[in-house]
Amino acid sequence: MTHNPSPPALEAAELEFAHSGGRHRLAGIGLRIERSEVACLLGPNGAGKTTLLRCLLGLLTPSRGTVRLAGEDLAALPARQRARHVAYVPQSTATTFPFTALDIAVMGRTPHLPAGRTPTPADRATALGVLQDLGVGHLADRSIAQLSGGERSLVLIARALVQQAHVLVLDEPTAALDLGNARRVLDAVARLARSGHTVVMTTHQPDHALHYADRAILLSDGRLVADGAPDVVLTSERLTQVYATPVHVGTVALPGQPVPTPVCVPVLSDPAVTPETSGSVS
Amino acid sequence: MFLLFAGLVAIVLVSFPLGPFAVDTGTVLRVLIAKVTGAGHGAGAVEETIVAQVRLPRIIGAVLVGAGLAAAGAGYQSMFRNPLVSPAILGVSAGAGFGAALGLLAELPWPAIQAMAFVFGLVAAALALTIARLLGRGSTVVLVLAGVVVSTLFQAFISITQFMANPEDTLPSITFWLMGGLGRIRSEDLIGAAVLIVICLAALYTVRWPVTVLAAGSDEASTLGVNRALTWAVVIGASTLLTATAVSLAGIVGWVGLVVPHLARMIVGPSFDRLLPAAVLMGAGFLVLVDDVARSASTMELPLGVLTAVIGAPFFVLLLARVRSQWS
Repeated sequence: MTHNPSPPALEAAELEFAHSGGRHRLAGIGLRIERSEVACLLGPNGAGKTTLLRCLLGLLTPSRGTVRLAGEDLAALPARQRARHVAYVPQSTATTFPFTALDIAVMGRTPHLPAGRTPTPADRATALGVLQDLGVGHLADRSIAQLSGGERSLVLIARALVQQAHVLVLDEPTAALDLGNARRVLDAVARLARSGHTVVMTTHQPDHALHYADRAILLSDGRLVADGAPDVVLTSERLTQVYATPVHVGTVALPGQPVPTPVCVPVLSDPAVTPETSGSVS
Repeated sequence: MFLLFAGLVAIVLVSFPLGPFAVDTGTVLRVLIAKVTGAGHGAGAVEETIVAQVRLPRIIGAVLVGAGLAAAGAGYQSMFRNPLVSPAILGVSAGAGFGAALGLLAELPWPAIQAMAFVFGLVAAALALTIARLLGRGSTVVLVLAGVVVSTLFQAFISITQFMANPEDTLPSITFWLMGGLGRIRSEDLIGAAVLIVICLAALYTVRWPVTVLAAGSDEASTLGVNRALTWAVVIGASTLLTATAVSLAGIVGWVGLVVPHLARMIVGPSFDRLLPAAVLMGAGFLVLVDDVARSASTMELPLGVLTAVIGAPFFVLLLARVRSQWS
């Protein structure tokens, strides 16, 4: 425990992870994510986003450095205690067995159950309430194998909320979702942050960070490239360099919108032309 | 769940009169009540022997073996998140069978045979898992194939023990293991087996919720605070001991551990807290019924393992076709 009156929701210092095969490595990662922030983790495939997430969740043990949740050392927390601090929303994939949406959501009560007990009717009522809040209450008795990707993501988010952890870690919550479903999931995430949750999520869309995040964290090759406000971190130059493809970050003035909307678009013209001069958006 | 329990009781009661020597239900009840209360029953000595010395141990044996194998199958399936595994398919049955055959070959006492069955059952499970982990990285099909390989290997070892066995006495005993059957069950073996099976079922019952969460996803279970290693050890240990106990009682009886958990899952859903009791009751009922057929279908006693395969294999194809959509 630190004596800081309000330690950050999530803090990583000098984080290092080395895999015997040489892949999945992280080096010198330092992060500080404040309470109620939405932090987006960006970076090309293989940059170490998932490895970092797994270290923050305690699924991987870093070879060096510490992760602190509200000031408490993650490595020193027993699994049940850890589960009350941080919840995981995996990519929306089907389960092997036909669990219902309510079955999945009520699993969030696991770290609060006494040993050897199963969830009570009250726990199921809580889980149903959370499903209803997220607009998927009518799916409670459906097998999650039969749900769409977006509905399934919302059910997994419901489970994380039932868990009552203050930090939510989402692994590409919008992967394989269409435009509308991605929007609904991200809106739900934004509402959670407003209600006091701290959110860390990976995404392949710089737009998601520009539109929804308070903080963008850019990773490349296992190292931290930049960390800060999304409009400061996600510049045309940086993204062009990190993703090795020309992109332009600008703004679009939409009718009826007082503030221009930031966007990241690929530069399709001659790659020799720099993003600044080819900018067609702002 | 109450219906399943009532069904099991009904099946058990219907089963007593069945067999080469017919005893009417009234006599069965009188003898059983007399056994409990110590009062007289007024039935003949032959009837009493048939009910109390032959049918009773046999039916209790079927209940224990059916419940044990179905619970083990439900445990393995949930733990590996793999609907295609079972004690037989993972090679645990063959491993335990080989252990028991070795014990018979060395003419060891029953507890030692039981222990050998458990040790070789564990060895078989460990082998199948290691092969699957090295080659398959969590693939459903690779685990099944690894189990088939291990099963074949231990079947070969069993053949060696048969080859080395004395054709006068040990060879018939070992052959009995290969086909499975409850005809030779002895009351004194039943008590030890019953205690072991009840302990294992109780162990599985205490971890029913962690197993449910693990069946939905391994990483998620870990981030939900589930102790994966402990749950894993309890389920694999209990399921393997259940299989070994069932094998040392009744030989290699396949398919129960594969088909019954599926049936139970279709009725009560995949949550292990409901799946386990349902599988136990249905497995017990199923095997009592199959054993009824084994002893009354023809004048000759049919091997149990052969019957469960004849019933189980086509049934499983049917199940595959019905629930295919939920797995993909």
